[in-house]
Amino acid sequence: MESLTQESATSRSPAAPDTGRHNGLAWLRPWMRVKVYVGGFIVMILVVVGIVGPLIAPHNPNAQQLRLTLQAPQWFGSSHFLGTDNLGRDVLSRIIYGARVSLLVALAVVVISGCVGVTLGAVSGYFGGKVDFAIQKLVEVMWAFPPLLLAIAILAFLGQGLFNLILALVAQRWIQYCRVVRGQALSLRTRDFVTATRALGASDSAIIWRHILPNLIQISMVIGTFAMASAIISEASLSFLGLGVPPDIPTWGTMLADGRIYISTAWWLALFPGLCIFFTVLGINLLGDALRDILDPRLKRAGSSI
Amino acid sequence: MTRYLVRRLLGTVPVFLLITLLVFLLLHAAPGDPAALLLSDATSEADVIEARQRWGLDQPLHIQYWKFLAAAVTGDLGKSFRLAQPVSELIAVRLPATIELATFSILIAVTLAIPLGVWAGAKPNSWVDNLGTSFGLFGISMPNFWLGIMLILLLAGSFHILPSAGRSTYGIAGSQETGFYLLENALQGNWPAVKDALMYMAMPAFALGANMIGILMRVTRSSVLEVMHEEYVVTARAKGVAEQGVLWRHVLSNALIPIITVVGLELGTLLSGSIIVETVFAWPGMGSLLITGVTSRDYPLIMGLVLMYTVAFVTINLVIDALYGIIDPRIRY
Repeated sequence: MESLTQESATSRSPAAPDTGRHNGLAWLRPWMRVKVYVGGFIVMILVVVGIVGPLIAPHNPNAQQLRLTLQAPQWFGSSHFLGTDNLGRDVLSRIIYGARVSLLVALAVVVISGCVGVTLGAVSGYFGGKVDFAIQKLVEVMWAFPPLLLAIAILAFLGQGLFNLILALVAQRWIQYCRVVRGQALSLRTRDFVTATRALGASDSAIIWRHILPNLIQISMVIGTFAMASAIISEASLSFLGLGVPPDIPTWGTMLADGRIYISTAWWLALFPGLCIFFTVLGINLLGDALRDILDPRLKRAGSSI
Repeated sequence: MTRYLVRRLLGTVPVFLLITLLVFLLLHAAPGDPAALLLSDATSEADVIEARQRWGLDQPLHIQYWKFLAAAVTGDLGKSFRLAQPVSELIAVRLPATIELATFSILIAVTLAIPLGVWAGAKPNSWVDNLGTSFGLFGISMPNFWLGIMLILLLAGSFHILPSAGRSTYGIAGSQETGFYLLENALQGNWPAVKDALMYMAMPAFALGANMIGILMRVTRSSVLEVMHEEYVVTARAKGVAEQGVLWRHVLSNALIPIITVVGLELGTLLSGSIIVETVFAWPGMGSLLITGVTSRDYPLIMGLVLMYTVAFVTINLVIDALYGIIDPRIRY
């Protein structure tokens, strides 16, 4: 009840949105602020490490030192802070380079799925009729595969590689955008401003570009954040199964696959890459939660299953 | 209701056709000639041609597809390239292990997540809620295969409480005729074997279910939170129903629809999660069979398994749809 009265009070006073913006995040509930700070901090570290990775990595991630295999983590007196793997490669350096791959793959997947999903969703909802039917049939078929299974099948048949990996991850991820955007577009197209624009003689593509798509940006951002988290987990899972990027590129998933083999002798091989995946996904999920509540409280339930 | 179900059932037919077509086309988009890949380098050209004939790879695409479809309808999924056994037999042997693991995971998830979610939703912003919400977030962010590896590291490696891989200890396992070790031995009253099976199942089932626990908890919480302020809940309280009764009888039963929906959706994630978790724990189910098939490029085996998983997923969704009407009498089809 408290939060309700607060919200209605702020929305009634005309100056409220302004002060809210100047105070940064002060208008958010405390727990939400924690989410933004923690999530933002983790994501920021990830982005920085991803960008400056080669500068801060102490070793070449693929350099093998066969005399120094399976060295335990050592904080002093060694340059291998997080130890070395079965081929004597530095775990920390591989993790740093792995951040790059995870980030790039996930970003590419989210952007491509977003473009495909939003476009198909907007077209489907705006035009309706046969176009809508065809797109929805496609959604239905792609959705009939359990998640990740289609990705496994695509990689199994088409072979490994960065391009195929991204294709496999996009294959089902655009659907979420498409469904939500279609629903929004359906309701938007009957709104007065769209009718008015059409009456003024605007073409369909102009209406979609100028009036429908801008209204879908917020909702797509929320979906995109959760899609990013799930893309990172999926990429790691596929790499773990040996279906991801080629073995000479270090990723957290392939590191875990190696770690599993040496689990009884070298715990650090499985612990650190896994922690990285976990914290990255946690950070993005925290940000997504906050973003969803800030931008669109109505999405609350829809987002949690993404 | 029956009419609706029949319509839904018929609606899945074109979906299945398109799925098989998609998988079939993927198979043929694969680079390289499967026959040449499978035979060793030492084989002659004639052997390759003979193998192509034997596997039907020399015929036009649409005929291959038609043959595959016609055979699949009768349950014949072809023969594994590598293992030279019918794919359907290979799957039948592995299926019970996967079903048992998945069922057990769902049971763990539901018994943990729903009470926690109801509790958190009934007392929003309390310590229970904060703890539960954080736990939910952890569950969602934790990659199941890493959780599995960590469990092995701790419970099998350090403390030696649970076995790290496989399904049963050689010698202890009682009857294994049907493949459902747990159910079979429980029915026969062979308790040492049941205990053995449970020990092997505990870690993979928890690793597989953790994600679902997180999501289910969050959904239960928000669903309960929504229902808590409905008038019938206020009425139930006003007429003196005990708080426990209000929660379980009035709140939960009305909050169930979104929960069931999410369970249905998550079953798909569970199915695909089982592929990885089975690999981690060397669980002899369909998932580890699929990965074996993928690494050896055993195309008929991969196709058969992909179809099997998809059929299971579509069927589950159909059942969930039917459940809505039973749980909520207000829903009419």
